[in-house]
Amino acid sequence: MDLSLSTRTVGDRTVVEVGGEIDVYTAPKLREQLVELVNDGSFHLVVDMEGVDFLDSTGLGVLVGGLKRVRAHEGSLRLVCNQERILKIFRITGLTKVFPIHTSVEEAVAATD
Amino acid sequence: MATVELRFSALPEHVRTARLVAAAVARRAGVDEAVLDEVRLAVGEACTRAVGLHQSNGVDAPVRVALIEDEKQFSIEVGDEAPHATAGDRPPGSDPDAPADPDAEGEDEMGLAVISGLVDDVEVTAGEGGGLIRMTWPTTPAPLL
Repeated sequence: MDLSLSTRTVGDRTVVEVGGEIDVYTAPKLREQLVELVNDGSFHLVVDMEGVDFLDSTGLGVLVGGLKRVRAHEGSLRLVCNQERILKIFRITGLTKVFPIHTSVEEAVAATD
Repeated sequence: MATVELRFSALPEHVRTARLVAAAVARRAGVDEAVLDEVRLAVGEACTRAVGLHQSNGVDAPVRVALIEDEKQFSIEVGDEAPHATAGDRPPGSDPDAPADPDAEGEDEMGLAVISGLVDDVEVTAGEGGGLIRMTWPTTPAPLL
């Protein structure tokens, strides 16, 4: 099991679909992807975590890093996640207050603050 | 003696192996299915932290994971051999003028935050010779088949 990443554009948002395990070994791949998107001018990101089987603090660190990068360009980073075991990690680290978490890509793409 | 003991080179790619082995042994030991996800995550965090400590301190020794089955509980010990800084100390050999890497430090703390958020019974000890994280979960005896 590794990490799979694919991106697509929906309106002014870029949806990053993540699958597999995000841990200390695979998180650098996700970091590279987010950095590349921001460098290419995509500042409104939706990270779809529905295909993620495992997420640890290294993965959380990468997502926080991504959020910092898009915010530097007045952008946004929204998450899509319905999996209780993944949501739990956001809750115990207090990151549910930091990331907008949506139940579907459609909802995340339509959301504005 | 540990039921299963694992030693692995301090490399990120082996942390997943430690997670899988720990979850398999925990399941056999009678840890509740609903808690196995937590075991997997907690042992992964502890191993990730140990790998990071070995790498940043240039420690060549392997990371050690002991999976210990007792009568009514299951424990996991993750040991590192990195010299731990105590209260304001820096590891020997480190450049006192070099700023601490803020990212690495943040991740280390987040890993510990996840462990303490997940596991009720956790002990973290550290000394000059290394550190140890011990996590314990209750088990229910396996039904006789």
